[in-house]
Amino acid sequence: MGTRITVDPVTRIEGHLRIDCEVDGGKISKAWSSGQMWRGVELILLGRDPRDAWTITQRICGVCTTVHAIASVRAVENALQMEVPLNAQYIRNLIILAHAVHDHIVHFYHLSALDWVDVTSALKADPDKAASLAESLSAWSGNGKEQMRAVKARLAGFVNGGQLGIFTNGYWGHPAMKLSPEVNLMAVSHYLQALEIQRKANKIVSILGSKTPHIQNLAVGGVSNALSLDSPSVLTLERLMAVKTWIDELGDFVKNVYLIDVAAIGAFYADWTQYGAGVTNYLSVPDIPLDTKGTQFALPGGYIANGDLASHKPITTFNDEYWRKGVEESVKHSWYSYDTAGPLHPYKGETKPDYTDFQENAKYSWLKSPTFYGQVAQVGPLARVLNMLAAGHEPTKKYATLALDTVSAVAKTKVGLAAMHSTIGRHAARAISCSVQVDMLADQWSLLVNNIAKGDVSTFNKPIFPKGEQMGVGYHEAPRGVLSHWVVIDDGKIKNYQCVVPSTWNACPRNEKDEPGPYEASLIGNPMANPELPLEVLRTIHSFDPCIACAIHVTDKDGGDTFTVTAK
Amino acid sequence: MAKSARVLILGIGNTLLTDEAVGVRAVEALLDAYDLPSGVQAVDAGTSSMDMLDAIADVDLLVVLDALKAGKPLGTLVRLSGDEVPVFFRKKLSPHQVGLSDVLASLEFAGCRPKDMVVIGVEAENFGLGLEMTPAIAARVPEMVALLAGELASRGIGLLQKRKAA
Repeated sequence: MGTRITVDPVTRIEGHLRIDCEVDGGKISKAWSSGQMWRGVELILLGRDPRDAWTITQRICGVCTTVHAIASVRAVENALQMEVPLNAQYIRNLIILAHAVHDHIVHFYHLSALDWVDVTSALKADPDKAASLAESLSAWSGNGKEQMRAVKARLAGFVNGGQLGIFTNGYWGHPAMKLSPEVNLMAVSHYLQALEIQRKANKIVSILGSKTPHIQNLAVGGVSNALSLDSPSVLTLERLMAVKTWIDELGDFVKNVYLIDVAAIGAFYADWTQYGAGVTNYLSVPDIPLDTKGTQFALPGGYIANGDLASHKPITTFNDEYWRKGVEESVKHSWYSYDTAGPLHPYKGETKPDYTDFQENAKYSWLKSPTFYGQVAQVGPLARVLNMLAAGHEPTKKYATLALDTVSAVAKTKVGLAAMHSTIGRHAARAISCSVQVDMLADQWSLLVNNIAKGDVSTFNKPIFPKGEQMGVGYHEAPRGVLSHWVVIDDGKIKNYQCVVPSTWNACPRNEKDEPGPYEASLIGNPMANPELPLEVLRTIHSFDPCIACAIHVTDKDGGDTFTVTAK
Repeated sequence: MAKSARVLILGIGNTLLTDEAVGVRAVEALLDAYDLPSGVQAVDAGTSSMDMLDAIADVDLLVVLDALKAGKPLGTLVRLSGDEVPVFFRKKLSPHQVGLSDVLASLEFAGCRPKDMVVIGVEAENFGLGLEMTPAIAARVPEMVALLAGELASRGIGLLQKRKAA
């Protein structure tokens, strides 16, 4: 047996995740992913009014507030087989897309770039060369020499003032850091500009959702926004025009900075296209509904087996049987117990805690282990982009081609789609997805304005709860991938409720057949230069954009360092 | 502090986890009892982090209301200020790990961190699943609000008590 490493918790993520690895000959040979917090929100919902569920589920997590709200109203609407007015779909779509764009920008620049970018190296950069390099890659207006010189000066003041320590667990000077000082300076400059631009996406959510971070405007059956192009108290043309300005600024940044940076940085880390593939069954759901019934979508979704795009099977409507019948969750390796042996469909799902210690061959995580037709599946931007490509989605083809061409130009070698099944490929897919979504934001804005201009100001259909039992599933292609809420309603009250979240699909422990989950599988074969500084583990895990919150955040005033890396 | 000072009051915590809700409930109580003067904003931040960046940027004073575990007797009110605040957030093990600590780091780097920060916390221990706080902690909410009002008053910012509807 080789060296055993425990990273607990993985930092710069939402929630508490523990990763254990065995390292043999400088490579990871086995891995375990363990969610260290109990989620039991389902239990709070039992017996409540289904119309209130979304306000409770949006409190599950501080990053994913809107996505749990959306999935929840969709689940209840699906149970009641309701139609949702077009304006409500468009407004929800705008919130969904603005949130996704925000989430993707923040993830890359503020939560994961420090895995690849060495801030201290940027101090050695020639700012004029950094500007030339950046300008050769993109037409973005914020790459001039003055900007790069100013950023270098700010950085020098910051580092010399001893303030770099505020970035917890930065791996400055680690041997796995490979970017030139100029590329590092360019990335630091864009980090700062991304801080500015992400605010615009947040403002869109705030205006349309009436409030942020917890939106107020949803309702089972639609949205509560009052619409008019000329009344001052409601969603007016003036506000909509402000939203359009922010959409355009976001589009400029995402396509001319984010997508290009990921491609350029990816090209310098070409070795990371060889690591991190893990599970190559890819699941995504369609989203951005374009009709009242949820039968047409702007973003296609489906399932790809074994990385073969030709195997793509589409998921097409909110009532899709192929989707609905395929999902099960196992608790064989999770700290729960079921009344019966084997996995359960979410409608029959149970949430009974059964905590043991961390037992690597038995139970070791608070996450359940979901499967699609018995197969472990990866969800998230890579699954989304590959399924959209397989479905022939033209905007996705356009940005995937642009990204791969940029990588190929910087790397001076042809890099094809096969490179996407990797750690760096997940970052590339997130940027491609974000580019598609920011364009779609503009499309949805036009659809909303045109529809209101036609005189349609309807935003809400009143839900009616019949006697007896109804079941429904609401799915949503959230930033981190497939999110689904499954509800059973009995006489107008919630009888069962299960959330199958993206990070459960990806961060799950071994399943009923003892097969590793996507995080676990993706770590196998990763290099490990120094077990005391497991940067490589963070690179692959962060590439999934972990979000395991859903639980407690207690402060520990006198409690020393809580981050531990133990190698033994 | 001048009357035009920008002040942000953040109530943080997960409202699904019993006493974790106390910061959020204190903000709600504040908004129920007082009209805030211009320049002063109070936000139910839940467990959000990066979403709050825009609101936190460039404020003169950030006040965080939160539950905490500092090894004090249950229900003890704790006030932290100045340099204790960022250290306190960096050390804790929480969803806010990505949260306020990293938000403050980003703002620091961008040159727009809050000029001053205060945490008003209450020692709590029940963080199990539940929408209701325990009585011992719920009883502390008015004191947190009073401590907050005193904090603002000491900086020359007066809060106007709302008139109760007849």
